[in-house]
Amino acid sequence: MKSQISKLTSPVREYTKVIKFSQIDILEDPLIRNVIILQIVLQEVRHRSAPVYKRIKDAIHEKEKHFYTFTNEHHRETFIEREQGESANDRNDRAIRVAAKWYTDHLAKKTDGGSLKVVLLTDDRANKEKAEQYGLIVYRCEEYIKSLIGNPELMDRLALQPDDQNEITGSKLLFPEHLPLSRIQSGIKNGMFLQGTFHANRDNYLEGKVFINREGEEINEVLLQGLQNLNRAVHQDVVAVELFPKERWVAPSSVVLQDDSPNDEDAEEDETENKLKGVPSDPSVLKPTGRVVGIIKRNWRPFCGMLSQSMIKEATRHLFTPADRRIPRIRIETRQAANLVGQRIMVAIDGWPKNSRYPNGHFVKNLGSAGDKETETEVLLLEHDVPHQPFSQAVLSFLPKMPWSITEEDLKVRADLRHLCVCSVDPPGCTDIDDTLHCRELENGNLEVGVHIADVSHFIRPGNALDQEAASRGTTVYLCGKRIDMVPELLSSNLCSLRSNVERLAFSCIWEMNHNAEILKAHFTKSIINSKASLTYAEAQMRIDDGTMKDDITKSLRGLNRLAKILKGRRIAKGALTLSSPEVPFHINSETHDPIDLQSKELKETNSMVEEFMLLANISVAQKIYDEFSECALLRKHPSPPPLNYDILIKAAKSRDLNIHTDSAKALADSLNNATVENFPYFNTLLRILATRCMMQAVYFCSGMDSDFHHYGLASPIYTHFTSPIRRYADIIVHRLLAVAINADSTYPDLMDKHKQSALCNNLNYRHKMAQYAQRASVAFHTQLFFKNKGIINEEGFILFVKKNAIIILIPKFGLEGAVFFDNKDKPSPHLSFDSEGPTLKVEEHTFRMFDKVKVTISLDASNIQHQRIRMALIEPVIPGVSVPVPESEPEAKKPKLDC
Amino acid sequence: MAGLELLSDQGYRLDGRKASELRKVQARTSVFAQADGSAYLEQGNTKALAVVYGPHETRGSRSKSLHDRAVINCQYSMATFSTAERKRRPHGDRKSSEMSLHLKQTFEAAVLTELYPRSQIDIYVKILQADGGNYSACVNAATLALVDAGIPMRDYVCACTAGFVEDTPLADLCHAEESGGGMSLALALLPRNGNIALLQMDARLHQDHLDALIEAAMTACKGLSKVLDGVVRQHLEEVSVLTRD
Repeated sequence: MKSQISKLTSPVREYTKVIKFSQIDILEDPLIRNVIILQIVLQEVRHRSAPVYKRIKDAIHEKEKHFYTFTNEHHRETFIEREQGESANDRNDRAIRVAAKWYTDHLAKKTDGGSLKVVLLTDDRANKEKAEQYGLIVYRCEEYIKSLIGNPELMDRLALQPDDQNEITGSKLLFPEHLPLSRIQSGIKNGMFLQGTFHANRDNYLEGKVFINREGEEINEVLLQGLQNLNRAVHQDVVAVELFPKERWVAPSSVVLQDDSPNDEDAEEDETENKLKGVPSDPSVLKPTGRVVGIIKRNWRPFCGMLSQSMIKEATRHLFTPADRRIPRIRIETRQAANLVGQRIMVAIDGWPKNSRYPNGHFVKNLGSAGDKETETEVLLLEHDVPHQPFSQAVLSFLPKMPWSITEEDLKVRADLRHLCVCSVDPPGCTDIDDTLHCRELENGNLEVGVHIADVSHFIRPGNALDQEAASRGTTVYLCGKRIDMVPELLSSNLCSLRSNVERLAFSCIWEMNHNAEILKAHFTKSIINSKASLTYAEAQMRIDDGTMKDDITKSLRGLNRLAKILKGRRIAKGALTLSSPEVPFHINSETHDPIDLQSKELKETNSMVEEFMLLANISVAQKIYDEFSECALLRKHPSPPPLNYDILIKAAKSRDLNIHTDSAKALADSLNNATVENFPYFNTLLRILATRCMMQAVYFCSGMDSDFHHYGLASPIYTHFTSPIRRYADIIVHRLLAVAINADSTYPDLMDKHKQSALCNNLNYRHKMAQYAQRASVAFHTQLFFKNKGIINEEGFILFVKKNAIIILIPKFGLEGAVFFDNKDKPSPHLSFDSEGPTLKVEEHTFRMFDKVKVTISLDASNIQHQRIRMALIEPVIPGVSVPVPESEPEAKKPKLDC
Repeated sequence: MAGLELLSDQGYRLDGRKASELRKVQARTSVFAQADGSAYLEQGNTKALAVVYGPHETRGSRSKSLHDRAVINCQYSMATFSTAERKRRPHGDRKSSEMSLHLKQTFEAAVLTELYPRSQIDIYVKILQADGGNYSACVNAATLALVDAGIPMRDYVCACTAGFVEDTPLADLCHAEESGGGMSLALALLPRNGNIALLQMDARLHQDHLDALIEAAMTACKGLSKVLDGVVRQHLEEVSVLTRD
């Protein structure tokens, strides 16, 4: 009979996970067979690491391996009581020895079992010694594996034995301690530490930046790399950092790393961190690098995301993966995990102890099942911090009582413009009409042009609950098929909406112009108007084009259109940019709200006509309020981008032998106009899309707090927002300022306080940014829905960017952007060589340049339900091993319109 | 930390029992001299004391008495030290009132009340240590006490709980299983003819599993009845030895 070896293995307790992993690797090897695993050991493993437990269980279930468990705790002869003064750990070790001993004796009793030996495997030195005294055959893993002659490959799988002194540092304390606040404060004062806001990197969880928000520091950005240096900082926390000496500075890595290891404990970190360090660095790209020494203020909020269920079914501790990739995964305790799988949930962080790989948190609420449109909308509103609760009673109590009508009082103080032929031009389906226009010929031959804006500030009085709510919301948010109002609907869609054939209060801006569109006189007044028509852009365009129509409205529109063209020409001559964005709105099914098709935005003359007069009004008002209140006017600026931003644009143009001048807005606009390539009509649009990406964000600011007012994109020295008070709070403030300036209203303290004004601007900027992100997220979600319904589509696109391991492709037909990656985890990546000068990427034999035309398949990758992605795969050019064959069921291939 | 694994792959429960295994039951009757009947019962770590007075004349208002049978008055209580957390337990809280009511219904089904019209039987039970299956321990203890008091019954009333984990019914749940594993069903059975005196469950369970669960609980009850019967017989033997001369 073949001699068998039975083993009692005890995965090491006191050592780090790395060792545990090495051991499980060994155990999984097919050479290792006939193993008895004690229940007590199994429990311990389960307690420590769910993934390892899972792997052991898998090994047990594999029949070939002859792995068995022995429930020694429930056996009369192997159960032992914990003795006085004995630690739980020692007791368990003793239990293992007793069980091993029992097994030896048990097998010896068998008649044919003479050749059977029990070998105990342990890496605990003390345990080994005691077991030897006890009369057992004991080996350390390493010794045992070495003794298996003829299997040298096993040795490779065995991790190096850690020295005993490594035990403590390696296992428990994962992070350095945070300094107390008093030491941080003194450190900041004497310049040892820097204070700033932490921003985690979206693509690499081991990297982050701290923006130093103090003026006068030469360093305004500190790079952090590695878990130890990040030291438990969470996105948006205010932290104190210590700078490293220059020789330890590193360059930001361009690797994409996602924290998706299945283990719920610390593991494999060393490996990934090494990946980071492997990047060779050129001294010019080194960034100031440091480490977090303490947290000044946590900025934790409840996070939306999904539960990744622990591999142990009954486990109550689970990892929660937030939707925002910049937030680390959070460990939560819940008994209802089974119900929460597949649901979008909210979780709040409670704390992050220094010996824990992940922060601890708790379940807050269930938002609904993932993928559900309602739920997803809720998630993206919450994630972008968009206040979207229904308005409270307190807010609603400040609404005017219905039925509302214009009073005698109003008539006395307002200019009565009801006789004017005013009309509005808006996109179809618009219910919050906040601007109307008129134009008529005066007796002296000049033209009178009026822009009438809804007088929202008449209804929203400063300081009341309604006003505070609007100020905090900042802006109306438009999502696909949904609008989150800044002010209650009664105002936004009724009383303030300048609908046709009803009397409404307005704030009018009236100019006297000559036929060359030069302003002779400007005049602002509160007024009462009665719009004669609410037109859509298309309707207005039709009236203008239709020569047979001779009514007042049409005449007025024609006048406006003519002036607008002159104004636009003049503006462009001054260097205003016309940029392009690839966004394509959806046709939404009105009942199910499912996207059914994409509509490309068609720009008509009337669009730019309305825009032109809004700009004119905004500029006029900006000048007026700045003249009146030089310290506290609320203005909007658009800083010119730093020259470095244009790098990519210049390189891209150069690849087609074109020069782009970026010295001024004018130069840029001119060179963009001249940049065309024959047989490639979409090239110019692509360039403009690229140029848009180079721009800075436009922001609100208070004139008393800043000196640079310039609006780069519009090429205007001063600018503000006046024309959409229904959907932007900034406009309400501007209305109030203007009303004070023309003595139509009284002022109030907060309006004149530049610090309060500035704080308000910060909030508005934040809300606008978030609204924009939310909007994009909503479009992205609907895009996914759209492609989910469509299945796989083949489409032509252009390369927008070339990255180290991917190309970013823009599909003009859908306004869709996506990446084609060339390195795959599961298959060997093709040979890539990246040239940052071009930039070009050589994949095998083919070189990708920017703006190259490619053909791709588009499909929805729903493998990660939390981050469903549009996936693109290359069809043309054909590169063996990279591109995919054309799918057979090609949907009716509409020729993509490239010059849209 | 991972949660509790209620049923291991090897088929063992937390305390090492198999799925259908009961906890150890130990009981004594006639533990008090003053009462008409009394019993002390341990079911694993759950310990219950039951005392029976009666049948006697209806106390309090006469209107409560029934002309054709006896009134059964049950009172359930828990000792302050019975749970892990020491807690003052006032009489008449919602939980114990409910338990009292359940006990009353159980014993009305078992005791031959029609033999004692216009009288009253008092059953007092107290949980000294609670480790799951309080109701069943109380019923079992009270049965013994009723036997001790010599009150005629149709049969022993045996009660047991059962739970359902990983498609397996578990008999006689302990506290950890009750609190950690979802659902628990309590069943009081008259084992000889298989009549159910009380069946109670307030968790969700798929209907398909219900039969298996009741079956497991009934088997457990039948097992218990043997134990109780043994206790009674042994007590009788002891008493008869003492009173022989």
